[in-house]
Amino acid sequence: MSASAAVNMPVRQLAEHAYHIRKHALRMGAVQGQGYIGQALGVADVLAVSYFRALRYRPEEPQWEGRDRFLLSIGHYAIALYAALIEAGIVPFEERETYGSDDSRLPMSGMASYTPGMEISGGSLGQGLGIAVGMALGLKRKGSDRFVYNLLSDGELGEGSTWEAAMSAPHWKLDNLIAIVDFNNQQADGPSMDVLGHPDLVAKFEAFGWHAQRVDGNDIEALVAAFDAARELREPRPRIIICDTLMGRGVPFLESREKTHFIRVDEDEWDKAIADVDAGWVARGGAVNSAI
Amino acid sequence: MNAPVRLKTSAMIASIAAEGQRTISAPFGHALAKAAESRPRIVGMTADLGKYTDLHIFQAAHPDRFYQMGMAEQLLMMSAAGMAREGFQPWVTTYAVFAARRAYDFLCLAIAEEDLDVKVVCALPGLTTGYGPSHQATEDLAIFRGMPNLTIIDPCDAIEIEQATTALADHRGPVYMRLLRGKVPAVLDEYDYKFELGKAKLLRDGNDVLIVSSGLMTMRALETADALRADKVDVAVLHVPTIKPLDEATILVAAGAKPGRLVVVAENHSVIGGLGEAVAGAMMRGGVHAPFRQVGLPDAFLDAGALPTLHDRYGISTKAMTDNIKAWLAA
Repeated sequence: MSASAAVNMPVRQLAEHAYHIRKHALRMGAVQGQGYIGQALGVADVLAVSYFRALRYRPEEPQWEGRDRFLLSIGHYAIALYAALIEAGIVPFEERETYGSDDSRLPMSGMASYTPGMEISGGSLGQGLGIAVGMALGLKRKGSDRFVYNLLSDGELGEGSTWEAAMSAPHWKLDNLIAIVDFNNQQADGPSMDVLGHPDLVAKFEAFGWHAQRVDGNDIEALVAAFDAARELREPRPRIIICDTLMGRGVPFLESREKTHFIRVDEDEWDKAIADVDAGWVARGGAVNSAI
Repeated sequence: MNAPVRLKTSAMIASIAAEGQRTISAPFGHALAKAAESRPRIVGMTADLGKYTDLHIFQAAHPDRFYQMGMAEQLLMMSAAGMAREGFQPWVTTYAVFAARRAYDFLCLAIAEEDLDVKVVCALPGLTTGYGPSHQATEDLAIFRGMPNLTIIDPCDAIEIEQATTALADHRGPVYMRLLRGKVPAVLDEYDYKFELGKAKLLRDGNDVLIVSSGLMTMRALETADALRADKVDVAVLHVPTIKPLDEATILVAAGAKPGRLVVVAENHSVIGGLGEAVAGAMMRGGVHAPFRQVGLPDAFLDAGALPTLHDRYGISTKAMTDNIKAWLAA
């Protein structure tokens, strides 16, 4: 998707991409009977806006020098990013069925050496933002005007290394760096706000020198406005968009299920979840895409 | 009037040069600055230790290619990884303790796992400061030897630091190099020696003892060989600047060349997990069963104090090594 084609994409089309991303993710989850599907469903709207509104890339040339870089530091969100990469045409649709299997290019944790479009190896949380700082410095050194995006999670904000990077980016006036936090308020041992609270995040990042926004991460219109504002800001400082999302979004029985880091999905529930996502799209006036 | 008696100190920065020894100032900084003239991919990055790793020489020569990342070693490794991803060759400097202990995960996963072209150059390796365990990287090689993809260099002197810097600039991939900084002794130009990545080299031959050594201990090994000549002990010195990948073939040939010859591995590092155990493992696998001893630091957090005191105390001074080898031969 080139920038010119994506830039005026209406909200409804973005919502359709988000619907597809949810469906790709559920299909992959069904392959393994597991996966971080709650996160994938929650972050699907953020990824749809990222890949079909904000990012410049060439599906057939994942390493194109002129691309915007999208760094996934939360390796366990790989299922979500694969879904977006499939939707964007960077990962072939046919590989979806290999998710998490031996010798697949789509391992359960995202790694750069495996997957086209996967810029870094995530998984050891707290590394993405610092790598993004280095890439943003490198791009400036090359005279490039491309952006570096880094998707991190609320739990990852507990890592001190994230804050080393948070201090550094404004110091270097990295106006080509856009951090995105998926704030679903869930981490391994419970709600993120209980495990290690993150109050006043916007004020914190502002105090560090960032341009900070907080939006409903499942509201595509709000996301479009936030991403556009982040890209178009004419201030020499990094930008961060904190996105409040709901794990399991789009599948009502998962939205309401007790959850922490994982949402349990029983074997017979994958088809039901896909039917729910289809039904949700129909309710918005869409037509079911049974090809995916 | 007599000169004031200078007390021995446990200062952080101390020269390892012996009184009157020929030295070269900041060999790494000058070599990197020169290498960068013809290699535009090179950038320098540090975590508030530019002056203490001789990177300030590079900074002065190429100010627009120098990145002060602040006292943040994790960020230093991450941002170097990012720079390398964008096609640059970052040379990052800090102290060995901080790279090995604090920034391990970041060097491991952001750099080594990705096989990125980042050179990590660290001062105060082993026991080269009397400042105490917070700054004495006595186990850095043990920590790094287990890291896949990582090349590990322990240069002997200023001459080798210059040569290795140039060689590494033309090598692609992650490297950890131990650094001697400030006024660094120059020794190897008296030998027919040239640094080659991955190669161990015999600096002198001898019939009674083979010292296999790396880093500054090669200087000590050469001095020990001279000292033992007075006792009619004939000492060979095999210098192993590349700790990983280890030149096992050359080591096995040397260790097996003269049956019964004592093999002594000498390193500025804990006896656990460094060159000594690497050589022992290679000899065992290679079926070379020579008498074997280690000169190295004990498995302990070491004292603060003046370096000469500590090197004697822990057995890595020339005198201590000489005495130990005599005792081992007499045993």
